[in-house]
Amino acid sequence: MQIYLPIAEVSVNAFLLFGLGGLVGILSGMFGVGGGFILTPLLFFVGIPPAVAVATQANQVVASSLSGVLAHLKRKTVDLRMGTVLLIGGLVGAAAGVQLFALMRRLGQVDLMVNLFYVVFLGIVGGLMLVEGLSALRKSRRGAPRRKRHNWVHNLPFKMKFRVSGLYISVIPPLIVGLLVGVLSAIMGVGGGFIMLPAMIYILGMPTKVVVGTSLFQIIFVAAFTTLMHAVTNHTVDMVLAVLLLVGGVIGAQIGTSLAVHLKAEQLRIWLAVLVLLVGVKLGLDLLLEPSDLYSIEPEGPR
Amino acid sequence: MKLRWLLAAILLVALPARAEEVVAGLSQTRVSITADFAGSEILIFGAVKRDRPVPADADPLQVVVAVAGPSVPVSVRKKERVFGIWVNTTSVEIDLAPSFYAVATSGPFYDVMSNVEDLRHKVSVTRAIRSVGATTEVASARDFTAALMRIRDRDGSYQLHESTIQIDEETLFRTAIELPPDLQEGNYTARIFLTRGGTVLDAHQTVIYVQKVGLERWLHALADERPLAYGLLSLAIAIAAGWLASAAFRYLRG
Repeated sequence: MQIYLPIAEVSVNAFLLFGLGGLVGILSGMFGVGGGFILTPLLFFVGIPPAVAVATQANQVVASSLSGVLAHLKRKTVDLRMGTVLLIGGLVGAAAGVQLFALMRRLGQVDLMVNLFYVVFLGIVGGLMLVEGLSALRKSRRGAPRRKRHNWVHNLPFKMKFRVSGLYISVIPPLIVGLLVGVLSAIMGVGGGFIMLPAMIYILGMPTKVVVGTSLFQIIFVAAFTTLMHAVTNHTVDMVLAVLLLVGGVIGAQIGTSLAVHLKAEQLRIWLAVLVLLVGVKLGLDLLLEPSDLYSIEPEGPR
Repeated sequence: MKLRWLLAAILLVALPARAEEVVAGLSQTRVSITADFAGSEILIFGAVKRDRPVPADADPLQVVVAVAGPSVPVSVRKKERVFGIWVNTTSVEIDLAPSFYAVATSGPFYDVMSNVEDLRHKVSVTRAIRSVGATTEVASARDFTAALMRIRDRDGSYQLHESTIQIDEETLFRTAIELPPDLQEGNYTARIFLTRGGTVLDAHQTVIYVQKVGLERWLHALADERPLAYGLLSLAIAIAAGWLASAAFRYLRG
């Protein structure tokens, strides 16, 4: 069944989009990430214009994160105070990111910038997670306990108490982490969960159980803000596309969460790392290998 | 709609006598882009009206049909290797390029229409694309125009169907133009040329209105005219979906 997307102005197969949404939903449910970092490149591949894919993806992230956060609030695993600090940084970052995105669109370097961000961040995060996951797997086999580390982050000024996380640290690192994720969210059309999660654990030293909920909490607002900014500045949010993806995503997430029960946490992390690296390598090759056509076109207009 | 055509045809007939004139019709002059729009086929048909018999030594009658979508400026970019990665470096603005362009002929293009006539009526894709300023920007501007045509040709936006028009008894002709699913809104023009020996005898032009309708139209208008309201609506849908999903999960898990 072909559906004509009013904003993207392309006709796509509705079942394909359901499928894509579902597939990413499964991953999202299994790993606790938004899944945007996989879905956005997949949307490019299907033929959705990059600008529309990125903006619409942010809208989809709002839905999946909200759904996740509601579950976490019930379990009291959301650090609202930390979430708010991250959020302040995130909103500033998202505003800057959308402007940067609009500027790069004028310069014709959107594709490059989005791809570079993907390659660099997927590479770093995937690599770190893989190394960490493998060593954690080895440690858990040996049964060695993990000690809390103190680093430079704990010596900065403007300290604040974060009760749920059990932390007394400076607000500067969370603000910067939020800011960076905000910029990425606007440019890459991702919630930034795959960057936020490791940053919260390894830089901020937050306990693992509150990390997912807190990151989702702040991502809702950043993604909502990003969606609005893209809608107002670039007119690139495609509601029909978003709805098609949402329906698939919701069903997929359900399957994913039940699948996750059968896997060990360390194994999950390693698989996620492999997935992240694979996407990164694929996008990296696109940049390094000679494209089949050196020319590309972009019609001018409101879009 | 047919009435209007007929009227136009009658008016044409009333003009100073030409040896041969074209009377043409389209299967539809209005294309509605609905949510399930999957392309459309437009049938273009016509007849030749003549007030005296064709001289025995005349060249064979030929027909050229050109359907053009709305023209907009297009930037064409070229990638080059910079520090090992492929980056857009040069860019050329094409002043006006049709979003869709289909040409159908009754024979090889330059047999049925001479270069001079093509230049005058701008029938072939090359002529239909206007790039006045481009030559001053980059020396190899022609490469960029060629690239534009190649890319649009590949995705089916630019079509050339040579020798696909059948002419019966030097009088009746018909052809079908396939409009792709990725169609843009706007007024499309359909032009029909009657030629002999490469020279245009008569031409006829009509408009095909391509419009989004229903939900598609409403959403597109909202996104452009009231972006804030549109953004908020998108968010409301996402929030509702997110909440519903979480509620459903809880219900299913008991």
